[in-house]
Amino acid sequence: MIAALRNSAHRAWVVLMVATGLTWYLGEVGAAGTWAIVAMLAIAFVKGRLVILDFMELREAPMMWRVLLEGWLILVSSLILLAYWISLK
Amino acid sequence: MQAMSTVTLPAPAPVDKRLPGDLAIWFFILAELLAFAVFFATYAFARASHVEEFNLYQQTLDRNLGALNTLLLITGSWFVVRAVQAAHRDDIQAVPPNILLGWLCGAGFLVVKVFEYAAKFGAGISMSTNTFYMFYISLTFFHFMHVILGMVILTVLWFQARNGAYGGHNAHGLESGAAYWHMVDLLWIVLFPLVYVMR
Repeated sequence: MIAALRNSAHRAWVVLMVATGLTWYLGEVGAAGTWAIVAMLAIAFVKGRLVILDFMELREAPMMWRVLLEGWLILVSSLILLAYWISLK
Repeated sequence: MQAMSTVTLPAPAPVDKRLPGDLAIWFFILAELLAFAVFFATYAFARASHVEEFNLYQQTLDRNLGALNTLLLITGSWFVVRAVQAAHRDDIQAVPPNILLGWLCGAGFLVVKVFEYAAKFGAGISMSTNTFYMFYISLTFFHFMHVILGMVILTVLWFQARNGAYGGHNAHGLESGAAYWHMVDLLWIVLFPLVYVMR
């Protein structure tokens, strides 16, 4: 069990499962508005980053590809945040 | 004696930075990601001008099934990571079953999605019902097609792996297919909160 968690992909899987439960829970309690949106985007960002670094194995890849994929995640999160911020005004 | 045991070790050689799989698959993944980025942004900005409609009809979506599908894709991705890791340590026998388990998670995703669509279409909902459903159906269906393509790739990888194609000597093709499969997972990780939960 502990030995399995030395594998970064196994650790990522555990965090991804728990984080999915967290997003589901926020939906169940009807979380809405600024803090809920920021929380859900933050969770999605952490999850996406784990997939990019530990599943796609870009942690050890040339910096350009890490920047491109993590940059995509930042771009998408920012655009969604901007659109939701506009909708809250 | 003390002095003699002090040996200056050479600095560890830096590990070569390596992109898994084929360079071409990464350009393909980048193109796909950009297409989805446009879709996600279009959804979010369209919502900004239809907030009440989006908030109302989002309530009709089955969040439980959406979350279940997230778990399935994440686990499917994880099995494929296990297949790649098995190939790297030359455990050729462990590659095909892990690919198969990843494939089964994808199949589970499709089954859940078909039930979800059947409930929506059965209720008379279509692309033309309203803007929210137009986005819900087109975004999730576009992603659905990518899950199918991912599963076709996994099928090819499974046949190759059974012939012992992937091991410590060569995991290139396996890594390329795996990267695409993880992209399908990555997209759903953004799509699920965006369409099903955020309000």
